[in-house]
Amino acid sequence: MFYREAGQFKTTYAGDQAVFPILQDRAFVIAVILFAFLVVPFIADDYWFQAILIPFLVFSMAAIGLNLLTGYAGQLSLGTGGFMAVGGYMAYKMTTAFPDLNILIIFILAGLIAAVVGILFGIPSLRIKGFYLAVTTLAAQFFILWLFNKVPWFYNYFSSGVIAAPPRSVAGILVVGPASTPMVRYLVALSFVVVFTLAAKNLVRGRIGRSWMAIRDMDIAAEIIGIRPFQVKLLAFAISSFYCGVAGAMFLFLYLGSAETEAFNINVSFDVLFMIIIGGLGSILGSFLGAAFITLLPILLTNLPPHLGFSMPIDLQSHIEVITFGALIIFFLIVEPHGLARLWQIGKEKLRLWPFPY
Amino acid sequence: MEALQAVFVLPFLDMAGEPLFFLEVIIGGLLTGVNYSLVALGFVLIFKASGVFNFSQGIMVLFAALTLVGLMERGVPVWLALVLTVLAMIALAFIVERFMLRFLVNQDEIILFMATIGLAFLLEGVGEIAWGADVKELDIGIPDKSFEVGGILLNEFDLFAAATGTVLVVGLAVFFHKTPIGRALRAVADDHQAALSVGIPLKTIWVVVWSVAGIVALAAGISWGAKSGVQFSLSLIALKALPVLLIGGFTSVPGAIIGGLIIGVGEKIAEIYWGPLVGGAIENWFAYMLALAFLLFRPQGLFGERIIERV
Repeated sequence: MFYREAGQFKTTYAGDQAVFPILQDRAFVIAVILFAFLVVPFIADDYWFQAILIPFLVFSMAAIGLNLLTGYAGQLSLGTGGFMAVGGYMAYKMTTAFPDLNILIIFILAGLIAAVVGILFGIPSLRIKGFYLAVTTLAAQFFILWLFNKVPWFYNYFSSGVIAAPPRSVAGILVVGPASTPMVRYLVALSFVVVFTLAAKNLVRGRIGRSWMAIRDMDIAAEIIGIRPFQVKLLAFAISSFYCGVAGAMFLFLYLGSAETEAFNINVSFDVLFMIIIGGLGSILGSFLGAAFITLLPILLTNLPPHLGFSMPIDLQSHIEVITFGALIIFFLIVEPHGLARLWQIGKEKLRLWPFPY
Repeated sequence: MEALQAVFVLPFLDMAGEPLFFLEVIIGGLLTGVNYSLVALGFVLIFKASGVFNFSQGIMVLFAALTLVGLMERGVPVWLALVLTVLAMIALAFIVERFMLRFLVNQDEIILFMATIGLAFLLEGVGEIAWGADVKELDIGIPDKSFEVGGILLNEFDLFAAATGTVLVVGLAVFFHKTPIGRALRAVADDHQAALSVGIPLKTIWVVVWSVAGIVALAAGISWGAKSGVQFSLSLIALKALPVLLIGGFTSVPGAIIGGLIIGVGEKIAEIYWGPLVGGAIENWFAYMLALAFLLFRPQGLFGERIIERV
């Protein structure tokens, strides 16, 4: 009754091509964004920012990046952690080399460098497909981390090998560094995510996104209708790695504060892959839902048993967490292989008819 | 110029200068390669027979080894522990089929792949709760003595592992190509639904193949566990077995063996002759780069089935 598009006529081309053609969708998205910008900073405390909201935003960014590559262009990648590491380390190198350069611009530049690296590791995708490609992207993961570990130039010759975000401010406000407040970092992360989500949303419904989907569904057929697989696949790798690179810079500067290569290890790649699969392949909304699910689940699993009055040894609890995590993933894949985004869609279909289904 | 010489000339001079040592390196590489092959074999079996890229194979190796060690620590004699572990792996196959694969028939490959990652988490937790997370010694009474043949140092245990690997491979190759079940397995790998519709009992096939993969995992677990102790890091060898698959092809049993040997030798040679030039610890990625080079020329691996694409 509330969610019904009847009576919303599109009288202009612009109206027909809007990102959210239905008024209720538009209103809902704007309301969520306003809520996140205006209300959340005042009601959330530092724990919420640091443990939940910032990692959620960072991983949403990475998940969107991987979803563009895997969900839209159909190229399975396990190298997300490596590309994020490129973003993080390059942002660190640049901001220590040029301390006066605006840190937000540095994030973008780090993303661009990650995009170049992504293109390099995307070249085999022209000949290699499916799981063969997935395993070769692991080469990116291991090689990049090894490189950052072995070449001291990347971590400015510190003996510990740890890179730490130096304090940088934008327009007089401390944005990154140990002394910056979680609220500011949250707002920065949120702005990046909102802008780049909008960009991704537009990208996937335009010419580029459509050629990605054609390649995903059947690359030979796509080639026959005039899509150049080489350019299109490399573009997918480039843009996906750009998103992952920016996410990596955010991961280091806004979330962790300091890190070594281990922070970007293969588990990060798997986590991001889980996010897009549980959220929904080929869905921007799914990237968010999946990121929320995967970042919240461990927190929930850690905090829930004590609240319910169970107490157990720490190691037993961590094992049970791992088991529950694995079991829930299998459960979700069985129940809804198309992800949370599909559930959301089904919910919307139901809502259109509610409360008078006939 | 000097750098080029260090990379392209000096290592080869080293090799030629000490041929005996070079031979030892190669043999050492081959024997390590057999162990990689054993792990890769488990992947190939399941991929060939059900089209599932089973990421949990590494954890299955750990799980099998943990079960074996756990039983032996409780005073069970070796032969009985082996039998019980094999039974445990078969039970695991039944459980996986009953609670996971049965519901995922005809899903996308990537969904099945992710489900096996979930399974990996699950098994890791269960194994560690059941048997504890500390490093364990594994000794099933195979002699572990080194001896010399013509100036080359060999290890009895490595030879034993190599022999086991050979027996397994020959047996599996015969099984896949000569028996009705083997043919049914290959049909299932091609298309779940088509196989079902011509009357192949999918569930039985899955249980059979996961059981066999479990037993192969046990063999791999014994040979790795005896070398480096049974501990969590054992599951990471799965990551080392993946390039083996790339080289050999995902669907080829002999490919897994040849690939394993190539990786084993290549890795050892690179580590010893080129490793010092770039600061060492290259074993993490070298195998992948090697595999990548092979793939550029043969996208389906050396022995994989040709990828035929139609519109």
